[in-house]
Amino acid sequence: MRTESTHRTIDAIWRIESAKIIAALARMVRDIGVAEDLAQDALVIALEKWPGTGIPDNPGAWLMATAKRRALDLLRRNQTLGRKYEELGRTTSDRHEEEFGAGLDGEVADDLLRLIFTTCHPVLSTEARVALTLRLLGGLTTEEIAHAYLVPEPTVAQRIVRAKKTLSAARVPFEVPEGAELRPRLASVLEVVYLMFNEGYAATGGEHWTRPVLCMEALRLGRILAEIAPQESEVHGLVALMEIQASRLATRVTSSGEPILLMDQNRTLWDQLLIRRGLAALRRAEETGSPLGPYALQASISACHARARTPEETDWVRIAALYEALAMVAPSPVVELNRAVSLSMAFGPAVGLEIVDALMAEPTLKAYHLLPSVRGDLLAKLGRKAEACEEFKRAAAMTGNARERALLLKRAEENAAAPEQDEDQR
Amino acid sequence: MRFMMIVKATQDSEAGVMPSQELVDAMMKYNEELMKAGVLLAAEGLHSSAGAIRISYPEAGGKAKIVDGPFTETKELIAGFTLIEVKSREEAIEWAKRMPDPHGFGEGVIELRQVIEPPELTPDAESQALHALMRQQAPTKQP
Repeated sequence: MRTESTHRTIDAIWRIESAKIIAALARMVRDIGVAEDLAQDALVIALEKWPGTGIPDNPGAWLMATAKRRALDLLRRNQTLGRKYEELGRTTSDRHEEEFGAGLDGEVADDLLRLIFTTCHPVLSTEARVALTLRLLGGLTTEEIAHAYLVPEPTVAQRIVRAKKTLSAARVPFEVPEGAELRPRLASVLEVVYLMFNEGYAATGGEHWTRPVLCMEALRLGRILAEIAPQESEVHGLVALMEIQASRLATRVTSSGEPILLMDQNRTLWDQLLIRRGLAALRRAEETGSPLGPYALQASISACHARARTPEETDWVRIAALYEALAMVAPSPVVELNRAVSLSMAFGPAVGLEIVDALMAEPTLKAYHLLPSVRGDLLAKLGRKAEACEEFKRAAAMTGNARERALLLKRAEENAAAPEQDEDQR
Repeated sequence: MRFMMIVKATQDSEAGVMPSQELVDAMMKYNEELMKAGVLLAAEGLHSSAGAIRISYPEAGGKAKIVDGPFTETKELIAGFTLIEVKSREEAIEWAKRMPDPHGFGEGVIELRQVIEPPELTPDAESQALHALMRQQAPTKQP
């Protein structure tokens, strides 16, 4: 029993310390795969020792020191293989001495930043980036990642092994990119975090509507990024977007698991703490002085909903303007579709339908179920029930989410049953 | 899962004695650590109970009774709280253990309490049941 509780405590310590340890070791050995192995070695030693000796007062420092000692052993062994390694070993060894003393806070932050830039490197596939980031920065086990993504454990394990090999083979340097390289690389990091969040927020397939573990992990990573890269407007923008969206997690489904649309959610159940945090993050984004990027703009839109105490209070004119700004910095048919929705809310369904009709020929939206779903909604509002019914049916056939399909079929039925009407504003 | 780390009041905190610079620095460093780990949600310190107001209902269904502070039962009072988001109970304990002794003088007490969360956000059966009960009483749609 005692051993078991010690193991659970060690798991918790690992969760808190592992990213910092792996990041520090990666700087020494310049390979995140080797760094993780060495950190794992330290963990194994702790798991053997601590149930007997008790957990040390500063377990993080203990693990770090043990792991670094192993890294030095490795570097010394490699020294005999060539002069190049000898040099590397000596400089690392010198630095090692001072690090045993006070841990330099700035250094830790820099290492973590280097680590996340490496695990989110564009040389990797998106899936690999996500898995590696969850593993090395989130401290999640392969099993936990597999569970969150509803894929078999060996698939994730293989993904991670291959990702590490790819990074080694491509000789990806362990560093924070500079100059012109920084923006696109930062975009890649933020993309990984937001994909993770979205995967948890609205599962694209299967029965699960929300998978909160992924949302929580993405939020945690975002919050860490906001502290280690505070000068980046879009980092705060992304954090704001995730905080505000997460505030609605509990109200997105009924007790029987059916999705509830934003306008129908019980706003008294929105998490006010997360909303406040989101609005604060948005202010931080604005305070950096940079023009608002796609994440900050989406967060601003989300904030409009968060500020409205009732659906009727929603400032649709402002939302439509924000979508227009978003369409300028990040033009896409999906943004256009959302702009159409906000315009219809601000100025009536006919205005929105005009834009939506123009999008019908858009090839990238061919399989996008929200297009017929939105069109159906606008048609229904204009009283064109038969057409609306067809669109809802089409949308239902296109979605991969069982819950969403049920909701769409219900709306199709509602419109099929009702007689034709000129005007039926909901 | 969310936990609240509650710092209990002491004679000093109730007397309005300011904590030492050393403790203030240590607390700030600790909060920064929580922030950098992405687990901090909120942290607040409270004024002493001298300015507090207590509203109680001594009779069932009766009127509210309002009593001004200070209150005497120091050990029952709180001096502040920190709200964290963690993955396990053990992680919460680990963070609480790292908080600097809030008062020194052998009086420091930190109490950890789990926050009740919606069933969608927690695998914990007990909070799911509690929340289901609360949900039944809440309106499901906007008025």
